[in-house]
Amino acid sequence: MAEPIVHVKNLHKYFGRLHVLRDISFEIHPREVVCLIGRSGSGKSTLLRCINFLEEPTAGTVEVNGVVVQAKEKGQDRDNRVRKIRTSAGMVFQEFNLFPHMSVIDNIIEAPVGVKGMPREEAIALGEKFLAKVGLMEKRDEFPARLSGGQKQRAAIARALTMEPKMMLFDEPTSALDPELIGEVLTVMKELAFEGTTMMVVTHEMGFAREAADRVIFMDGGVFVEEGPPEQFFTSPRDPRTAKFLQRLLAGEEGRGKK
Amino acid sequence: MAVATAAAPHDEMAEGEVRREIQAKFSFLAWTAAVWVGIFVLMIAFFSFIKLDFGFIIKWLPFIVAGIPMTLFVSVASIALAVLLAFIGALGRLSRNPLFFGLSTFYVSIIRGTPLLVQVFMWFLGLPQVKIPYIAPDGIVLPALLAGILALAVCYGAYMTETFRAGIQSISPGQTEAAVALGMTRSQTMRRIILPQAVRIVIPPIGNEFIAMTKDSVLVSFMGVWELFFRAQRVGRQYYRNFETLLLAAVFYWIMQIILQSIQSRIETRMARGDR
Repeated sequence: MAEPIVHVKNLHKYFGRLHVLRDISFEIHPREVVCLIGRSGSGKSTLLRCINFLEEPTAGTVEVNGVVVQAKEKGQDRDNRVRKIRTSAGMVFQEFNLFPHMSVIDNIIEAPVGVKGMPREEAIALGEKFLAKVGLMEKRDEFPARLSGGQKQRAAIARALTMEPKMMLFDEPTSALDPELIGEVLTVMKELAFEGTTMMVVTHEMGFAREAADRVIFMDGGVFVEEGPPEQFFTSPRDPRTAKFLQRLLAGEEGRGKK
Repeated sequence: MAVATAAAPHDEMAEGEVRREIQAKFSFLAWTAAVWVGIFVLMIAFFSFIKLDFGFIIKWLPFIVAGIPMTLFVSVASIALAVLLAFIGALGRLSRNPLFFGLSTFYVSIIRGTPLLVQVFMWFLGLPQVKIPYIAPDGIVLPALLAGILALAVCYGAYMTETFRAGIQSISPGQTEAAVALGMTRSQTMRRIILPQAVRIVIPPIGNEFIAMTKDSVLVSFMGVWELFFRAQRVGRQYYRNFETLLLAAVFYWIMQIILQSIQSRIETRMARGDR
């Protein structure tokens, strides 16, 4: 098997005295889609944010695309390596975080031009390619305030893709959306997954995990409780905590289905 | 369908209610206007009673009004410099560098903690005592106009530092996260993402500060800058007609405020419209 894209070793994260990530180690391989599930407060979002150093880990090592950063490193060289990691791992947020003072296309080309030094025309051409891919070409010159939640999130995905990252991180990408808008975002994400994009997705959408994931990880109390391919994970979970979580979630989904 | 007919044009009760609401609003406005007119009549009666010299007012009006450009110039120059100081101050207030942070918190604290008049005198009367060998052996003596502009700018810069800081901090942390997650540096994030959004937020408060500045610019008259109030005082003292000249100055400050405030509210509505 090829070299892993992400290699996390012995990661710990404290918020004050709260130990939210407890000695986590894992790898993500090229073209792999990993879904991270668990209750809120289980540490899954924190783990995702430690990979691109939006959260500073308390201890451990993160390696992304061959760039290694230790927890608590300081200095210019560390900052440069963190930025390298960030350019090779695109991030999609729960709250979209589009830049409200820029049109959609300007949102998209800002980093390719400003960070990678890509010529403007080239960035626009590339941005338009990804805008078309997420089905938003007609919103190219709109400002984010005029987009629906689903459109905002698709624009944010196009923005991350235009950096041509080696992988994508998704932090609960559909949790802030109205139920009827979730589908359009999941469709785009599934397409990416089937094309072989390496992805790590924190999500509550079990349907997506079942369909698109190669591996599902269940987190609780800052540790990986169980991981496995979705067929096995959803049908015959080994750990009683996983079973209980899935049961509760299933009950919730049925409740929602009834309306 | 029954509901729809209820809203038909011939709903006497609704028509009557609307008419009564309009009438109530109109009569409130009419009475307010009457109160204002009453106050003016009383004031004119009072001015005649104390034998205000209206001929004197007319005679010296052009001389005093000639101070308005200077008042506006001092205000514009001071606010421009204050914006610059406030911008640097705000970056300092948000800096993680203890030197930069310490300097800016000290600046804000000492300036906001002392009266503007004391600061004005410090610039004009205190500085000449500062004798530096070779550079300023006879003390630092600033031209009156420069000292006045510096005093106002340094003072307003301190107040606006807090406004700018609040403006920058009101931008959601998600904006910074999105920017750095795309690989931007801290300064790129500030320049391209945070500041352009913060500027929109602080423009209305800058307008308010400017309007206040046109009134506080009166303090530079102590240094002998020939602005509106200085001219009024000069004439008033010379002829023992202080009430007339002070009244004149007050009226012109008032008119300036009314004009500037209407411009300000127009800018604010335009910016609010462009927002969403």
